[in-house]
Amino acid sequence: MNAQSVIYEDEQKQLADICQRLLREALAKAIFLLDRNGQVIVSIGEIAEIDVTSLASLVAGTTAATSSLAKLLGEPEFPVHFHEGKRDHLHISLAGEDFILTVIFDQRSSLGLVRLRVKKTTERLLEAFVAMEDRRRLPAPKGAGLFDEITDDDIDNLFGDGF
Amino acid sequence: MSFINYSSREIILKIVYYGPGLCGKTTNIKFIYGSTNPDARGKLISLETKAERTLFFDFLPLSLPPIRGFKTRLHLYTVPGQLFYSASRRLIMKGADGVVFVADSQRERFEANQISMDDLKENLAAYGYDLTKLPFVVQYNKRDLPNINSVEELRAEFNPGGAPDFEAAAGHPEGPGVFDTLKSVVKMILKDLKNPQS
Repeated sequence: MNAQSVIYEDEQKQLADICQRLLREALAKAIFLLDRNGQVIVSIGEIAEIDVTSLASLVAGTTAATSSLAKLLGEPEFPVHFHEGKRDHLHISLAGEDFILTVIFDQRSSLGLVRLRVKKTTERLLEAFVAMEDRRRLPAPKGAGLFDEITDDDIDNLFGDGF
Repeated sequence: MSFINYSSREIILKIVYYGPGLCGKTTNIKFIYGSTNPDARGKLISLETKAERTLFFDFLPLSLPPIRGFKTRLHLYTVPGQLFYSASRRLIMKGADGVVFVADSQRERFEANQISMDDLKENLAAYGYDLTKLPFVVQYNKRDLPNINSVEELRAEFNPGGAPDFEAAAGHPEGPGVFDTLKSVVKMILKDLKNPQS
């Protein structure tokens, strides 16, 4: 089992641009684009105070649980779930099969506006994902993978004194 | 499924600690957290019941030194051990790059280990994974307690395939075997990524 999920720099930039537009148009506080395993692809906005890694793993966990709940009730998915706080609110939605779009917003915006803008953004993201998938269908040139360059010594030396 | 981000130059590996209830999965993670340089670790998240039983998962992100200019990050997860949390365990297994099976060495937990191992195989099969092809390490935990099975007995039952295995006492202040287990599974994952099995 050695499947890999890869995001290249140009793809990340394209996805970040799409999220940046959402941040602006939805008057959001922060936007996170994650994969379903909780890996962070894009994190933008007011994120200095947020533990992004923890947030991503919890959002992925709650999305996985929500998805299972849907199936338990005979629904294919619950594609959107929303958490309302006193100050900040969390809007979580699926973007295609493999990604999760998370928007944090406060009183500067509204649920209606966020929903509207997320819908448009999801369409843009899906277009970008199609291009990414097409790229992955092309055979990778031999020796182009990162792991080809890593030696056994690199791996053995990973756990040095500092760990 | 390992995740490589060329933009942030990161490799992220997901490792799942599996095993029966109260075998010491969370204790492993807490020991690692307590013994790691604060710069190299993120926040430990424990989704526990009031009685300190894992409800959904524990999560600990760790950073290793960069290799070939890429930061290596480990995401350690534990599954809830109690039998009735099977659906949660299955969710957490998704995308795992490697698995540590924590066996409870106490004689009275032998059957619980067997049930958990069967459950692990079933949950892996749900994603098309196979224990013999996955980076997999076995830990015989609680070696510091009395009334334990011999390593030979445990190995015969829980590691017939000869995966790397380690004796451990995660609850002991010095946590023998805890880091050996972690290092072993990380090395297996990276070597597996480097030389994929067909």
